Amino acid sequence: MIFEYAPAPESRSVVTLRETYDLFVDGGFAPAEGGEYLTTLNPADETKLAQVAVAGEADVDRAVTAARRAYDTVWSRMSGAERGKYLFRIARIIQERSRELAVLESMDNGKPIKETRDVDLPLVAAHFFYYAGWADKLRHAGLGPDPRPLGVAAQVIPWNFPLLMLAWKVAPALATGNTVVLKPAETTPLTALVFAEICQEADLPPGVVNILTGAGPTGRALVEHPGTDKVAFTGSTEVGRSIARSVAGTDKRLTLELGGKGANIVYDDAAIDQAVEGIVSGIFFNQGHVCCAGSRLLVQESIAGELLPRLKDRVAKLRLGDPLDKNTDIGAINSAAQLERIRELTDSGAEEGVERWSPPCALPSTGYWFAPTLLTGVSQAHRVAREEIFGPVLSVLTFRTPEEAVAKANNTPYGLSAGVWTEKGSRMLWTAERLRAGVIWSNTFNKFDPTSPFGGYKESGYGREGGRHGLEAYLG
Amino acid sequence: MAERRKGNAGKNPGKGAAEAAPVPGRLAVRKTYKLYLGGAFPRSESGRSYPVTSAKGDHLANASLASRKDAREAVVAARKAFGGWSTRTAYNRGQILYRVAEVLEGRREQFTAQAVAAQGLSRGAAERVVSAAVDRWVYYAGWTDKVAQVLGGANPVSGPYYNHSAPEPTGVVAVFAPQNAPLLGLTSVVAPVIATGNTAVVVTSEHAPLAAVDLAEVLATSDLPGGVVNLLTGRAGELGPHLAAHADVNALDLTGAGDLATEFERTAATTLTRVVRPGPESGAGEDAWLDADPGTSRMTPFLETKTVWHPIGV
Repeated sequence: MIFEYAPAPESRSVVTLRETYDLFVDGGFAPAEGGEYLTTLNPADETKLAQVAVAGEADVDRAVTAARRAYDTVWSRMSGAERGKYLFRIARIIQERSRELAVLESMDNGKPIKETRDVDLPLVAAHFFYYAGWADKLRHAGLGPDPRPLGVAAQVIPWNFPLLMLAWKVAPALATGNTVVLKPAETTPLTALVFAEICQEADLPPGVVNILTGAGPTGRALVEHPGTDKVAFTGSTEVGRSIARSVAGTDKRLTLELGGKGANIVYDDAAIDQAVEGIVSGIFFNQGHVCCAGSRLLVQESIAGELLPRLKDRVAKLRLGDPLDKNTDIGAINSAAQLERIRELTDSGAEEGVERWSPPCALPSTGYWFAPTLLTGVSQAHRVAREEIFGPVLSVLTFRTPEEAVAKANNTPYGLSAGVWTEKGSRMLWTAERLRAGVIWSNTFNKFDPTSPFGGYKESGYGREGGRHGLEAYLG
Repeated sequence: MAERRKGNAGKNPGKGAAEAAPVPGRLAVRKTYKLYLGGAFPRSESGRSYPVTSAKGDHLANASLASRKDAREAVVAARKAFGGWSTRTAYNRGQILYRVAEVLEGRREQFTAQAVAAQGLSRGAAERVVSAAVDRWVYYAGWTDKVAQVLGGANPVSGPYYNHSAPEPTGVVAVFAPQNAPLLGLTSVVAPVIATGNTAVVVTSEHAPLAAVDLAEVLATSDLPGGVVNLLTGRAGELGPHLAAHADVNALDLTGAGDLATEFERTAATTLTRVVRPGPESGAGEDAWLDADPGTSRMTPFLETKTVWHPIGV
């Protein structure tokens, strides 16, 4: 007997939205000088959540000045042990307010509450805990006997994991003694602004963390501001290129976490049901809005006929809908623009002759939604095999030999992640050794941990975040 | 520096054959300096060469003037060599780098005389530079099988996973060697690139390229596989834009790129090529490279960190 799920919505009452949010500069909230605001929507129902200020050049300048002053007068002079204690405080407050933050993140981003609650928020707190402990141990990090902070870090983060990307950027920067000016994405600014309140609640010295909301021009003004010593960016490869171009010839240090087109290789001896679960989490976790998503499935030809029906059965059981429902697997696409891009790329696959399949799936009438989609009969030349779709769309290819699997997996300018499914350890290690990617998940996928370095080869960017390696980007 | 397609013949006109010149006891065999590409020593495909002079301005030799096509060939050779070189054991790479030091040690006299003639160094200074170059190969020979332990390791993730990070070579590295440190500077930028398993395409010092070609002979006789190091004598300004834009180049060391470094960095952004900007020692002479313990800072920019996860369970 099959039981239907009853609605299980998480309460919104833990979140108090303000009408408008201002910029967080030098420890306080202040309107943008230009007086401009943008509206952030709930992508699940297109309702307006709040207005947030749009920072202009003058605001960027003010924030960088505040960060510089905080760096010179307080933060770089403080002992590592004291700096670490601030980070521990922040980690604790995040845990205390995690339910509020999880609900707000789901509302602003469209991702399912079970992911914000069980993945994003625990990881956010864990990152602050992890890097807090490094603050007074930097001499032991293997980066030289006297590692020094760089100064003011300009940080620009994407909309797919708004608060987690903030944690990845802010925690190591502060632990190493840098101060930060951070710009969250224009469609998902709200949890960063609550984080600003958390900084106040933790009595973090003014100017150590500054948060500027706005869109592309704000980000550009920030990374190009001559007063910053370090630029850290996570987002599209296209924007990454232009940032790399803009910092050329300066003294600014740069780390980039960019796009990916991760291959998920399933060998004929893989545990098929486990592999199916891994394929699903590889591409449908966070609606596929994951730079390290396993968006290219490479199945050994001999088992494709067995695996694909099982995969389709499993995908048909995914529940798409209200992100705040605790039983939801797939939430909303983050924005109308992203939905359009997913549609355009997926349609291009259909035009190029790939087979397209989605389970019977009722999409809500308002909001931005895209049904989980499998594309089969994909060749390496198809756009859907080469370009990052950044949505719940899986391209399926096949291979015959391990050599062919590796060649196909590496046949991309990207090199962020890859998956390997096999019960044979030696084959797993052989494959992992040959894959040109920064993170290899073997018999698992999309796992993250603050102690584990993350970052890409080739056009997936440079530098690593997380772990001891993540400190290097912030020390000179 | 003048570009020229022919040798400077006719330097001493007017000496008739009838004049009785003393019969030389032995005519010296002069050396033709060529490129080092894929383990071979070809001339530039362009047929061009350029005169190289001593510090005082005396003609020393003609060096090949590498073309863009030579640079392309060098990248192809380096890419071809990468698979084999990067997958050798670190122990074996260390043995080969140490062998480079051995062979160079055996040729100390040649390199010393060369440094005196080409750079105008005193004999003592030249010896110091050559010794340091030998020692630099020994230094990096010892790093090959330690760098992964120092930079990698186990990550204590919270969950039942084996999680391990290890550095891997990034691929083909285009190196702009220091302009004013043709032997020790060159060694100091090339050895770390190949010690870590990368392969290199090197644009040597434009005005003092001879040490590089001599070093190529050392490399060629040190069991270093062909293509692991490719040396192009020529102009950074001519070869650089091409190497910076090359999609099959994974990293650029701009140490010797001088004023062109910013332009090359900007070009490299298109393919997100890793870039090492010129440092304080970039324009300086051999002395700036004497530090016997240069650390890891010239290895880490050419390494990627790969992290592997695997569940633990029974």
